[in-house]
Amino acid sequence: MNRRLLPLSITILLFAGMAAFGAIRYDGFLSPQVFLNLLIDHAFLCVVAVGMTFVILSGGIDLSVGAVIALTTMISAALLEAGWNPWASMALVLVLGSLFGAAQGYLIQRFALAPFIVTLAGMFLARGCCYLISTESIAIDNPTWSSIAQARIPVGLDASLTVGAVIALLVVLAGMRVAHASEFGRTVYAIGGGEASARLMGLPVATAKVGVYLLSGFCAALGGLVMTFYMLSGYSLHAVGLELDAIAAVVIGGTLLSGGVGYVAGTLFGVLILGIIQTLIAFDGTLSSWWTKIVVGALLLLFCLLQRLFEARSRKAA
Amino acid sequence: MRRLVRHKLFWPVATLLLLIAVSAAFNPSFLSIAWRDGHFYGNLVDILNRAAPLMIVSLGMTLVIAVRGLDISVGAVVAIAATVAALMIGGSFSASGDVASEHPLWLALGTALLVAAACGLWNGLLVVKAGMQPIVATLILMVAGRGIAQLLTGGQIITVYYTPFFTLGNGFLLGVPVALWLAAALWCGLHLLLSRTALGLFIRAIGGNPEAARVAGIRAASITLCVYTFCSLAAGIAGLIISSNVKSADANNAGQLLELDAILAVTLGGTALTGGRFTLAGTAVGALIIQTLTSMIYSIGVPPEVNLVVKAALVFAVMLLQSAEFRSLVSRAVRTGHKPA
Repeated sequence: MNRRLLPLSITILLFAGMAAFGAIRYDGFLSPQVFLNLLIDHAFLCVVAVGMTFVILSGGIDLSVGAVIALTTMISAALLEAGWNPWASMALVLVLGSLFGAAQGYLIQRFALAPFIVTLAGMFLARGCCYLISTESIAIDNPTWSSIAQARIPVGLDASLTVGAVIALLVVLAGMRVAHASEFGRTVYAIGGGEASARLMGLPVATAKVGVYLLSGFCAALGGLVMTFYMLSGYSLHAVGLELDAIAAVVIGGTLLSGGVGYVAGTLFGVLILGIIQTLIAFDGTLSSWWTKIVVGALLLLFCLLQRLFEARSRKAA
Repeated sequence: MRRLVRHKLFWPVATLLLLIAVSAAFNPSFLSIAWRDGHFYGNLVDILNRAAPLMIVSLGMTLVIAVRGLDISVGAVVAIAATVAALMIGGSFSASGDVASEHPLWLALGTALLVAAACGLWNGLLVVKAGMQPIVATLILMVAGRGIAQLLTGGQIITVYYTPFFTLGNGFLLGVPVALWLAAALWCGLHLLLSRTALGLFIRAIGGNPEAARVAGIRAASITLCVYTFCSLAAGIAGLIISSNVKSADANNAGQLLELDAILAVTLGGTALTGGRFTLAGTAVGALIIQTLTSMIYSIGVPPEVNLVVKAALVFAVMLLQSAEFRSLVSRAVRTGHKPA
């Protein structure tokens, strides 16, 4: 078996194990809708985490995604309130998100700045812009938006998905395709493996580096739209701390934070694991919500230690 | 003049003076310092007092960044230390009016700091022994730590009624806030330790090239471990000051986003995020810049919503000034613009 697939298979096994635990322990856990709800409730996280996967694969980090989501919800809510066409406002926020990401990528690439600080400043900027639009929550009552929010896509067995969940699945599929079967994807892996060698190989390093942040900005804006379909409101304090959930999902999904190793599919399972922990705690009913944080922290620890173990072993083998 | 501009503290201090000048221009009473109720009173004193916890955390962060690390768990450690102290001193939920502490004050404060130091030791072990990247290693405690603090408090805000505890965050010694004395003492102690012993040199060497430092016989692992422990200990002290100031411990919100402000203060002060070069004085100035900016925005009557946007603009500006690529771009633009004499 390919050694690189090992972290991914552990993630999937862990998910299966948690599902089995829930099924044995709690009545009604093993229903298709419970599992689809994992995706429905965390669709925006999933979309953002796919973008984050590319950033992390390239050896960078993007702390601005949570704030960009909030800004997207604010801008789209404000535009709808001003009477904009819903499709035009959707297109506009996606373009704005991509531009925001690309601008951060340009600063990081052109001036050799630390991604951590650039995207931190980007986070302040995006959150600050939210407050400039409004400090209050803005409700969305646009009919097109509401019908998208309420639409259910039946998938058989009395279960259904929301539009947001379908978008999340499509983003994961598109992300897998881009990561593993495009020049951009190969360049991103190469940059994460070693930027200098990627440049010497003649790969378009500069373009790809700006590209990953553009992609992350786009995913954050799309995640923001998915969130408005879920919440039907724009609010400056939406998605506070979501960047950490996204990073945690990527790491639990088996991607190395040092870059160059990982799979987009793993990120999907990372998101599902974060979701199933919350579902298990909700089903239990006696545990408080802070147990989610403690368990997520413990899982992060487990995965990082495992990854170090694999690295040490493969270095010994080489 | 040129030597002055080249000094590494020039830009941070210039930024700070500019901010103070702008505040003073909008609000003439900004610079006035009065003696009232047995202590100094005024906007500047207020800024120094409020900046003290951030300054203390940032000092620890400076050293962590100097050894090529990063500690994003400081906010969680603040919450943990505040919670432990509040629980031990007398976190009774009923306001009976009785102000006896459950445990002696020194024991409560000591335990809180010990727990904080243990958090740092844990971070350090993950970085040094397990070889994890600093961001990930401290991300674990950042996520789990706040959960643990909430577990201890049961998600409630714990109010402290024991008055001697309030001295830390609200008291004055010789007319100067106690928190400021603490920050100053920590700064001086650290400065002496790093300039009078070889430790400062060792830390620079580890940050410059960890492998070379190790080969040169520096015990890089144990020094790094100490640095992480110290950073969390500093966060613990800040946590005590913060909880003493608000007379309660809020596990959900205490120290929220403090890690980002601390990293910002360190960067604004001129410490390189790549490690090796650090300046304690710069960090203190950086923390003051952040607090002055916040106070300024409130005092000149700009809506507080703008605070974050201004902060972001400031970070972008400082970041670009620190980038060698940007400076060479500008100097090239200047040179092609004006013919050199």
